[in-house]
Amino acid sequence: MIQINELHKSYKMGSSSLHVLKGINLSVEDGELVAIMGSSGSGKSTLLNIIGMLDILDTGTYELDKVLIEDLDETKAAKYRNKFLGFIFQSFNLINYKTALENVSLPLYYQGVNRKERQEKALKYLASVGLADWATHLPSELSGGQKQRVAIARALASEPKLLLADEPTGALDTQTSCEVMDIIQKINQEGKTILVVTHEEDIAQMCKRIVRLKDGVIIEDVKVNQVLAAQYV
Amino acid sequence: MNSLKIIFDRDSWQEIFGSIQKNKVRTIITVIGVLWGIFIYIALSGSANGLDNGFEREFENIAMNSMFVWAQSTSIPYEGFKTGRNPQLKLKDAQTLRNNIPEIQFIAPRNVRGVFDGSSGSQIVRGTKSGTYNIYGDFPEYTRIATKKIYDKGRFINQSDIDNARKVCVIGERTQKELFEEDEEPVGKFVRIDDIYFQVIGVHKYIQGGGFESDGDVFIPFATFKKLYNTGENVEWFTIAAYDDADVIQVEKDVKQTLKRIHRVSPKDERAFGSFNLGEVFNRIMGFARGMTFLSLIVGIATIIAGVIGIGNILLISVKERTKELGVRRALGATPSEVRMQIILESVFLTVIAGIFGIVLGAFVLAGINAGTANLEDFPYTNPTVPVSFVLGALAIMVTLGTLIGLIPAQRAVSIKPIDALREE
Repeated sequence: MIQINELHKSYKMGSSSLHVLKGINLSVEDGELVAIMGSSGSGKSTLLNIIGMLDILDTGTYELDKVLIEDLDETKAAKYRNKFLGFIFQSFNLINYKTALENVSLPLYYQGVNRKERQEKALKYLASVGLADWATHLPSELSGGQKQRVAIARALASEPKLLLADEPTGALDTQTSCEVMDIIQKINQEGKTILVVTHEEDIAQMCKRIVRLKDGVIIEDVKVNQVLAAQYV
Repeated sequence: MNSLKIIFDRDSWQEIFGSIQKNKVRTIITVIGVLWGIFIYIALSGSANGLDNGFEREFENIAMNSMFVWAQSTSIPYEGFKTGRNPQLKLKDAQTLRNNIPEIQFIAPRNVRGVFDGSSGSQIVRGTKSGTYNIYGDFPEYTRIATKKIYDKGRFINQSDIDNARKVCVIGERTQKELFEEDEEPVGKFVRIDDIYFQVIGVHKYIQGGGFESDGDVFIPFATFKKLYNTGENVEWFTIAAYDDADVIQVEKDVKQTLKRIHRVSPKDERAFGSFNLGEVFNRIMGFARGMTFLSLIVGIATIIAGVIGIGNILLISVKERTKELGVRRALGATPSEVRMQIILESVFLTVIAGIFGIVLGAFVLAGINAGTANLEDFPYTNPTVPVSFVLGALAIMVTLGTLIGLIPAQRAVSIKPIDALREE
């Protein structure tokens, strides 16, 4: 699914430049659930942004689903994001004046799916995260866990090949974190490839593989025995 | 997605309504800015147009480039004549003027009883009814200079009346009312003017605004007038119309110079002949009206521009507020052109909605003004309207400006990278 070779990324900070990623080699197979861990400044978010085509790499190659991602302009990146990727953010990033259903159908709108089909699909995915009854509610009427579940439904709605979660449980308490991870695990069990950026050890343990970053390099890449979140729910 | 598809797509409008509804107060305040602008524009140019129409109504019964010339008394001794001599205009002067000044289109010599001669007019009698009215001796040309509307069945004096010095007359509305029964048809009937029987050939409709004329005026052929009052070849004044493209002020000067030559008056004598140049007055008034229209156009458009700039400003703030939302949209797959299009459409939509409201409001105000001034006979104000081309022009300006001003926030919206937009809290 993902093939990254010798990836470098640095940011210009005035006159000096900050070398954030120093030669990352990473390969992710279909159906994996990978946790990317590291302390802040380790480069884990930058890596996720590059994988998510929100940022561009300096040198190295990045292949997504056997498509070499290069020469990204904004329009092309937008199309790839829409086609390949689903995003889950720490702060949910729901559009606050749209209902849960409208939020979920937004990526479908940008895919050019017609209205009726959009509604049906969005409702289906809302139901899959257990929020069918909340379809007409605004984000402000939902709890944190519910918001993140709406965000997951939105990420799934475009039927992406890869789901990217940036600290999906960062803003949630332990109980709701487990609920959210339970949903993520279930989606993974259905065959979806998922990358989760986190700094919480117990969240990482709920994945199938942990990649640890430190100072821009991968220091550990291990398969783990997955802890099922369902037992804490 | 190409832009046309976005414009006609119901979904993109839903997106626009969504974001407009999100901040109602902002939207309303923005709309008011442009609404006010177009309202000022419509109200001002409509009012200016009403003034314009009003002036035109005042002058509709007289040729715009006409003048009156009469004799006064000399003030400079010349060729052995003392000052204080009163030259007498003669009928043959008309032909001389016509021959010498090619710019003259029509020239109508006129005589009158009851206006300048100190008398109160002539007595007209019909049966047991009688009244005193001003009597004009006229040529048919007069109607080419000053329109006389004649009621159905009647006519004005024609050349044959002049040639045969017929005893026919055109009476006024008031004359008809005072001498005839209400349901009586005056045309063909006879009245006695200074004890001579005249046949009525028409009734003229009185049009307000023509100097000393009134609704009781009676017109008879010049030749008949001459015989009736023994005026010989004398003419009291000439009514002259120049061609449309002629310089009326120059024609006026030429006419006076020619008359001075004919009547052996010093060329420097400014007082020997008097004149009133309607064309000059008219030009000045129309210039004023045009100035008003131009001013209202400038003020209106400037106000519209100010309003549209307000929209741009508000949208810029709104884009800043929505940085995160736009970042999310782009993370979900919105292309920069889709985001740009959405902002521009918001701008154009707000502008046009505001514009339409402004036009409607302006139309109501103009209708109010119209109703208020409809019965004001003395006030030159008629039919305050705005030409459709002005309205369409204003709409075109608004759409163009709305698009242009929308480009600024739109460009700003896409210039922020989605990653930066998402980071912003």
